[in-house]
Amino acid sequence: MAKSAVEEHEHTQKAFGFAATDSSGFLSPFHFFRRENGAEDVTIQIKYCGVCHSDLHCVKNEWGFTRYPIVPGHEIVGEVTKVGNNVEKFKVGECVGVGVMVGSCGMCELCGQDLENYCSDMVFTYNARDKDGSRTYGGYSDMIVVNQRFVVNIPDNLPPDAAAPLLCAGITVYSPMKYYGMAMSGKHLGVSGLGGLGHIAIKFGKAFGLKVTVISTSPQKEDEAVNKLGADCFLVSTDAAKMKAAMGTMDFIIDTISVVHNLAPLLDLLRANGKLITVGLPEKPLELSVFPLVLGRKMVGGSYIGGMKEAQEMLDFCGKHNITADIELIKMDYINTAFERLAKSDVRYRFVIDVANSISACKM
Amino acid sequence: MYRATGELDVTFKVLYCGICHSDLHFIKNEWGNASYPAIPGHEIVGVVTEVGNKVQNFKVGDKVGVGCMVGACHSCDSCGKNLENYCPKVLLTYGSTYYDGTPTYGGYSDLMVVNEHFAVRIPEDMALDATAPLLCAGITVYSPLKYFELDKPGLHIGVVGLGGLGHMAVKFAKAFGAQVTVISTSPNKKEEAVNRLGADFFMVSRDPQQLQAAVGTMDGIIDTVSAAHPLLPLIALLKTHGKLVMVGAPDRPLELPIFPLLMGRKIVAGSCIGGMKETQEMIDFAAKNDIKADIEVVPMDYVNTAMERLLKADVRYRFVLDIGNTMKDD
Repeated sequence: MAKSAVEEHEHTQKAFGFAATDSSGFLSPFHFFRRENGAEDVTIQIKYCGVCHSDLHCVKNEWGFTRYPIVPGHEIVGEVTKVGNNVEKFKVGECVGVGVMVGSCGMCELCGQDLENYCSDMVFTYNARDKDGSRTYGGYSDMIVVNQRFVVNIPDNLPPDAAAPLLCAGITVYSPMKYYGMAMSGKHLGVSGLGGLGHIAIKFGKAFGLKVTVISTSPQKEDEAVNKLGADCFLVSTDAAKMKAAMGTMDFIIDTISVVHNLAPLLDLLRANGKLITVGLPEKPLELSVFPLVLGRKMVGGSYIGGMKEAQEMLDFCGKHNITADIELIKMDYINTAFERLAKSDVRYRFVIDVANSISACKM
Repeated sequence: MYRATGELDVTFKVLYCGICHSDLHFIKNEWGNASYPAIPGHEIVGVVTEVGNKVQNFKVGDKVGVGCMVGACHSCDSCGKNLENYCPKVLLTYGSTYYDGTPTYGGYSDLMVVNEHFAVRIPEDMALDATAPLLCAGITVYSPLKYFELDKPGLHIGVVGLGGLGHMAVKFAKAFGAQVTVISTSPNKKEEAVNRLGADFFMVSRDPQQLQAAVGTMDGIIDTVSAAHPLLPLIALLKTHGKLVMVGAPDRPLELPIFPLLMGRKIVAGSCIGGMKETQEMIDFAAKNDIKADIEVVPMDYVNTAMERLLKADVRYRFVLDIGNTMKDD
């Protein structure tokens, strides 16, 4: 029997999705409600939703701040079905996307700089408290209602299923590549980790004119990395001789690894003044050797998704360069198996749930 | 003991040499690069006694300073950007091997010979003894304040640790127009920090209430502490886009919390002394803004006692050896 949410507020649009109800992370059918479409809102029938590793961390409460029931999903692509009176940017029938945020304060300096992602009152698409006090539920569901500021247009030439992962994975690597000055043709970028984030970083890196080296623990990924994704080189991080030969050759590294790992070998790959930008979210702190940072004036920087203006800029860039994710399309009821495979990195390189075509079959 | 003055060399009589904590690490071979006899000292000032026939920038009688480097390759990317300090073939003032195969000996000595590229001019009106520590401590904090754009007026800069490096960071940051908070484990340093060095605020780093009150208030932090210490509270003190710059180098890895780094787009970076061009720039800036180190001048034969006191951080804030007056040939 599907579970129903207790309705705390005046939410009246019926919705149906998949939720986890405890830290086993097992997802099952879940009926709940969304708010009525307000003047600033866009209601979206969800077509596709990418499966991000963060979804897995959250359903199992690995970061310690999950409240159950949780409906994950923040790589959402769908079709507009309603627009509020103040909405001019979007029209019914348009293909749009929603990423990791659905709200921010709108008034602080950071919001003023289009950096809603760094606003201290930023509202996550799922597992957060929305402005009206209700819990937010994500894209593993049939529809969503979002303030227009947090909706983006999907370029017409991009297949919507393969575009879905851009809403989190895409912006997560695009934003630091711009902010930390990596979009400089001729420089050498290392991409650490070849998963959802990493494979898109390769594509952006090549589009920016960079030489791209993938750094991975899995030698079997080399063929795809070089021949399909376009990386120039592939370094197996456990190959000490090759790592030594590559020392001091990289201008930047995007580190996408979301489990605890050793930063020292990556820092050694950087030249003097090099930058290691970490975008993965391991559940424990990493170890930092300070000496190599000092001796080479190197830095470790963080970056977290991106603002809405640059999310649209990123999608337009993808439209121009025909960049989408490499995906495996799955049905909604495959999600638990998908999570098991994701935990073993058994996916090339993002699962995307074919929501519109499979979620109704799960209703009971 | 010293090479003859080559055509690009400057020979000078050493008048003063600052005692840097690195000198102590070196002579105890803590970094494994000492070969004995080991002569430390890289905060050296003196007066030129001879110049090689191709020397363009110095003449006999000039006051000069030498810091941590005496050679570099001059052909790599870093050298090309006047960043000899990041040259993979940089030669250190002590503990390296010079091009003629001899070991490099530092400033605890009566005279030095240095390639003119690695000497800086000390303006006439600067007090030589109090200027010596600028050659290492000064440039070590000046360089990152400039490079990481923490030199703009009105910024809030934190300085962790109030020793040789820390007290110089306070002075430079104030001269740049910053509001400065000293972050220290020793509450008894507050009075000096605020009343004598000019810091605006003082915070005891082990006091959770003081830390909490200052969360998200600093544009940058210069961390001068070499002992292992937690980074999480320092990262929390930074505003969004804030920068934590390490100039001390703890010998064990530190824990780097990832969430706060990401959620505030903050950075943790390192920095090591500075290039020669910016060292000269720093000296000229110090001359113009009357910035000098707070020192305790000691005779050469006090050096071992000074080292013992330095180990206990018992100095306000740099010992300087009065070599010109007290270095005796036994």
